[in-house]
Amino acid sequence: MIKDIDITNQTINIEIDLILEAIYNKYGYDFRNYSKAHVKRRLLNRLSTSNLKSISEMQHKVLHEPEFFEVILRDLSINVTEMFRDPGFYLALRKEVIPVLKTYPFIKIWHAGCSTGEEVYSFAVLLKEEGLYDRSQIYATDFNRDVLEIAKKGIYPIDRIKEFTANYQAAGGKQSFSDYYMANYNSVIYDQSLKKNLVFAEHNLVTDSVFAEVNLVICRNVLIYFNKELQNRVVSLFYDSLINGGYLGLGSKETIQFTKKSDGFEVINRGEKIYKKKIIKL
Amino acid sequence: MLYKAVVIGASAGGFNALRNFIPKLPKQFSMPVFIVQHISPSSDSYMSLFLNKLSKLNVKEADEKEKIKPGNVYISPPNYHLLIEENLSISFSTEAKKNYSRPSIDILFETASYAYGKKLIGIILTGANNDGAAGLLKIKEAGGYCIVQEPSEAEAPAMPLAAIKKAKPNRILKLNEIVDLLVKLDSQ
Repeated sequence: MIKDIDITNQTINIEIDLILEAIYNKYGYDFRNYSKAHVKRRLLNRLSTSNLKSISEMQHKVLHEPEFFEVILRDLSINVTEMFRDPGFYLALRKEVIPVLKTYPFIKIWHAGCSTGEEVYSFAVLLKEEGLYDRSQIYATDFNRDVLEIAKKGIYPIDRIKEFTANYQAAGGKQSFSDYYMANYNSVIYDQSLKKNLVFAEHNLVTDSVFAEVNLVICRNVLIYFNKELQNRVVSLFYDSLINGGYLGLGSKETIQFTKKSDGFEVINRGEKIYKKKIIKL
Repeated sequence: MLYKAVVIGASAGGFNALRNFIPKLPKQFSMPVFIVQHISPSSDSYMSLFLNKLSKLNVKEADEKEKIKPGNVYISPPNYHLLIEENLSISFSTEAKKNYSRPSIDILFETASYAYGKKLIGIILTGANNDGAAGLLKIKEAGGYCIVQEPSEAEAPAMPLAAIKKAKPNRILKLNEIVDLLVKLDSQ
């Protein structure tokens, strides 16, 4: 009986490899180098709430029903975020990165894996308060079209605004957070002026390449879903996208320490995971 | 060896329970131990530092993609789910809270059960919610060994009671009995 469970587990792993291959070939989304534990959990949870009998059956459905693929895509992409998530990160940016960015006439920022956009607007607020917004261009990208639509609108449910206000204050906010949004029934709408220099676009970190040369890359809580190989690829992509002396900001539990490009960066703030691309002397 | 790893879930009252538990594990204890303790998202890593000072084993906050080593005690960082990979490394996730919790005991138990199958020991300690009950059942179904803290001893009995009801554990024991049993199972 128990031995059967081991065999079942092995079969499930084969089925998972196959469904990821099928998704990649059919739809171009590549989850093959995602954290296996994450993918397995999400797929098995979907399986248990469906009337499908196995991952193989799920594969059939994914291949033949694009609407079902959208469901799986949502399962596999994590879009949990908040305004000024990890306030200490923003505080560190203000103190250690913004003063250097101020020395450039014009700055470009890439927010990779921006999800529904809360952290992009947070950073826009920060740039505004630091007097940098008008000479900034922010590219905010994600592979998921649905979340980008939400991000573009900049309209969010009002229920967490208290928590976000506390985050804003802890992040070194200089005004009243309500200066940046309009409350309307159950929603808040971020100020139009925050959108002026924002471009939201589709970009897949796994399959797409460098598209701009930027002063700062922000990519938070995305690398944790990737295996080591994919982390290597993506950190190299960031490296190639940054100007000499450009900055990289990751999630608080992410590190470039064990990636191949770690020698190309110096640590600016170890706790908040802020790095600087070393200046290459020719 | 009959068992290869231990997962522990604790909530309200868990810090005290762990303080009376982890330091009693002997130096030669060879299984890796993974702990989810429900904790405020904004707290720091004091718990792992504190437990490490008291313990004979190496207690540390788990690191992203870290290779799992025998005899290490890994504690989930606040505000991240802790997942065990089948290649025996550690992953994190920021997905939605489960049972109002991040880290969630269920998510640790579920993924550890994929990784270790029947060679896993799952333990539910004190707590005031029902996180971990579904995860403990997953361990049981995969043939693993399930232990729940005696509810009358737990500072908050709700979590042990929920786990007992849902997973019908192999043993319901007091903390010091759990330590003795773990040491015994470790040498088998």
